[in-house]
Amino acid sequence: MPAGETPMQRERAVTIFERSKPGRRAAVLPRSGVPEPPLEELIPAKLLREEPPRLPEVAEPEIVRHYNRLSRRNFDLDTGFYPLGSCTMKHNPRLNERVAALPGHARLHPAQDPRRAQGALELMWLLQGSLAEICGLPHVSLQPSAGSHGELAGLLLTRAYHADRGEQRTKVLAPDTAHGTNPASVTMAGYDVVKVATNERGGVEMDDLREKVSEDVACLMLTNPNTLGLFDENIAEIAGLIHEVGGTLYYDGANLNAVMGHSRPGDMGFDIVHVNLHKSFSQPHGGGGPGAGPIAVSDRIEPFLPRPQVVKRGGGNGLGPQYDLDFDRPKSIGRLRGFQGNFGVFVRSYAYILSLGADGLAEASETAVLNANYLKARLTEGRAGSRLPIAFDRHCMHEFVLSGKPMKKELGLATLDLAKRLLDFGFHPPTVYFPLLVEEALMVEPTETETKESLDDFADAIEEILAEAEQDPELAKRAPYTTPVRRLDEVKATRHPVVRQSLG
Amino acid sequence: MLATIGVESVADLFEQVPEPLRLGRPLDLPSGMSEADVFERLSELAGRNADAEEEVCFLGAGMYDHYVPAIVDAITQRSEFLTPYTPYQPEISQGGLQAMFEFQTAMSELTALPVATAGLYEGPSSVASAGYLAIGATGRRRFVVSRGVHPHSRETLATYASGYGAEVVEVGLEGGLTDAAELADAVDPETAAVFLQSPNFLGSVEDVEALGAAAREHGALLVVATDPMTLGILRPPGDCGADVALGEGQPLGNRLDFGGPSFGFFCGAEELLRRMPGRIAGETEDVDGRRGFVLALQTREQHIRREKATHNICTAQALNALGAMVHLAWLGRRGFRELGELLARRTAYARQRLAAVSGVELLHEAPVVREFAVRLDAPVGAVLERCAERGIAAGYPLERDYPEHADGLLVAITERRTREQIDALAEALGAAVAACADLASYGNTKSAQSQEVS
Repeated sequence: MPAGETPMQRERAVTIFERSKPGRRAAVLPRSGVPEPPLEELIPAKLLREEPPRLPEVAEPEIVRHYNRLSRRNFDLDTGFYPLGSCTMKHNPRLNERVAALPGHARLHPAQDPRRAQGALELMWLLQGSLAEICGLPHVSLQPSAGSHGELAGLLLTRAYHADRGEQRTKVLAPDTAHGTNPASVTMAGYDVVKVATNERGGVEMDDLREKVSEDVACLMLTNPNTLGLFDENIAEIAGLIHEVGGTLYYDGANLNAVMGHSRPGDMGFDIVHVNLHKSFSQPHGGGGPGAGPIAVSDRIEPFLPRPQVVKRGGGNGLGPQYDLDFDRPKSIGRLRGFQGNFGVFVRSYAYILSLGADGLAEASETAVLNANYLKARLTEGRAGSRLPIAFDRHCMHEFVLSGKPMKKELGLATLDLAKRLLDFGFHPPTVYFPLLVEEALMVEPTETETKESLDDFADAIEEILAEAEQDPELAKRAPYTTPVRRLDEVKATRHPVVRQSLG
Repeated sequence: MLATIGVESVADLFEQVPEPLRLGRPLDLPSGMSEADVFERLSELAGRNADAEEEVCFLGAGMYDHYVPAIVDAITQRSEFLTPYTPYQPEISQGGLQAMFEFQTAMSELTALPVATAGLYEGPSSVASAGYLAIGATGRRRFVVSRGVHPHSRETLATYASGYGAEVVEVGLEGGLTDAAELADAVDPETAAVFLQSPNFLGSVEDVEALGAAAREHGALLVVATDPMTLGILRPPGDCGADVALGEGQPLGNRLDFGGPSFGFFCGAEELLRRMPGRIAGETEDVDGRRGFVLALQTREQHIRREKATHNICTAQALNALGAMVHLAWLGRRGFRELGELLARRTAYARQRLAAVSGVELLHEAPVVREFAVRLDAPVGAVLERCAERGIAAGYPLERDYPEHADGLLVAITERRTREQIDALAEALGAAVAACADLASYGNTKSAQSQEVS
């Protein structure tokens, strides 16, 4: 046993299945109150299960204790700074949880007659309108369940749009800085991805783009500001080039938090935008979901939107307007999922938009950009300035990318080592090794809900780690020391996958 | 802060946005509101929905009004589970990763298939994801889908298929069950996957093993969508020859939420592991030999493989899957089975009770667990309206999804629907059908007349 274990390290991982003891239980079910014939009289024996699944047998106190202890083995945003680039880890107001839990939302059946779900449909209508205004595109579908789902939707919309014009195109352009979901979505939508190079200012390399633009291009997918946190100044020209050959322009909205109320994808020339409600609009990230990825589109794309669409009808004759679900959309690409989308996420994000309002949203983006530039400036001082230089040295938007290349060369410390050492200092590390074109990349997104003090603490921690590494680089290379477990063997987990517990 | 950056104002930082692309005006949205006012506004909107607290809810069709135990909320609302993101740094994410591993174990047990993922968006898109997997696994581009598969799943599969390029062939139902002969005819050596659902959309328990023979014969994958709440008593897909078992996870520990968020579960045969969509937690060790968990097999995923990834998905619906795991632990081995039995018996009672109502007959006689379909001798819409007036959401009208059953109604039962509520439903349906029967005969007369004219 290693010396000096922390109490949590001493507490070895035990699963709920391993806590099981025959005969223990938590649930007491309602009495049926109806005749109780043997099951075989209701369902043919050959369709019945002989042995029930081996779920754990545990009493409620043990379940509560088990998951409370598990929760303490997580680091979370409510506990500390979480500058995970491209993920927009901003504060999640608890009000949003409260309104999502109202029975009128939480216990509303998705197949309820629209006439008796008017409040829910109105909320969706209002959220659609808000997102349309923020994105500068008139039509919104709330259906996609996540950003990548929105991307797939956008590409299928592009396909349907071109098919409607009797065109069949095969290529989708995306910069080499794109999120991994972009090329993965392109393949799922049946297109071939063509990479576009990045110029020395961190934007799209225009000559490369000009060379690759052709009538075979269905779409260009772009994030703006891009994953380097830089606004592409050539966006109007880029949009012109794509539109000239009849392609669509897709906006990956992962970085929308930089520009809310300041600049709109629709005004930049984009045809289709997805919005990550779990990023810019404060839906809690839940350890990896749920989220939602609504899309906003231009007039020419609208006929192809998924169905059903929330619509507002009439009013007049002293009657108020009625909200409905419109299934009669003959050119629609069809459904992307069941029912109407992640409504619980819509409630939280609409509450967030109402809370902040027009001025608050714009201010959120300003503060996000201010915080990122301040932290960037702090990290150009001292040791970080030389060991972790900024990849593209200009003002950034809401995030920025550092390169750990000199640190690795001079101190023998990889970006991964720095990240792991940050865990001992109580910080979630930035996104590491992305974007791919920056060597030993660290992508830092502080968000607007951090104070100057927390940004300073983070910058100080980086400085301290670099200072100690100058004395003893081994310290960081073996980090972390204080976490519930230390560095884990990820290769083993992939070479010899154990993805469920054996129950004998 | 501005001095440290070396600018005069925040506006200077936005100068990288070319002037013509700056909005230059406030967003056309209301001003911000106080927390109290937002709460009131959202409460007012929520108050205009007839939820399952206000109406007795017999609606199902894939999402069900189950009782979610209090500990599910207590645990899923903990900051430590609610506010982190995907566990990219496993050393500080052991709680979430272990919960994923436990969830995978539970879903693997439920479906009797050896491997499970940490979760997908929800049910119907999981079906579409299985289609994408099947194309990769077989190199074929043709799907045969039972009409008993949820209409949302069939439509989503068709939407995805229009992208990755696959033909979708539908097989009809006979007596509430997939037409076995038609299915056998439809499956051919070009078929990548056969899609079944059991219990199917009309509530019927399919003989998956028998139907799956056609898939086995031609080397197609057998994909079975299922309702997890029935797996305490029904023979699991893995024991019936399924290669993939998946479905909508909402009944386990998740609220109705007007359709989401929930999660999709996805389990499969061992040899499909490296083709699976989405996150998978795996067990490993740390440098000191302590047991730990990480995201395994990331080489399948978009952030590593990009255009060669097995799927584009990043989201595991981790919080929703955690809710499911806590619910399953709370039910436990015995409680889970008892709940299945309770559903089957209450449903049998309800089915019998409704079948005895004048103007109501069973749409099919196939075995069911928690949902069944009836036929009404009156226009379904008008009947539902009357029942709603008595505070009952009587069921899901089949007309839009099954025009051949325009007079059909799908009725769902959970442990929250008591005998008294079922009796009240029978009474309300009887009265409503009687009151609306004239409308039906009016409709029939009209169609009879138009037939004469033609």
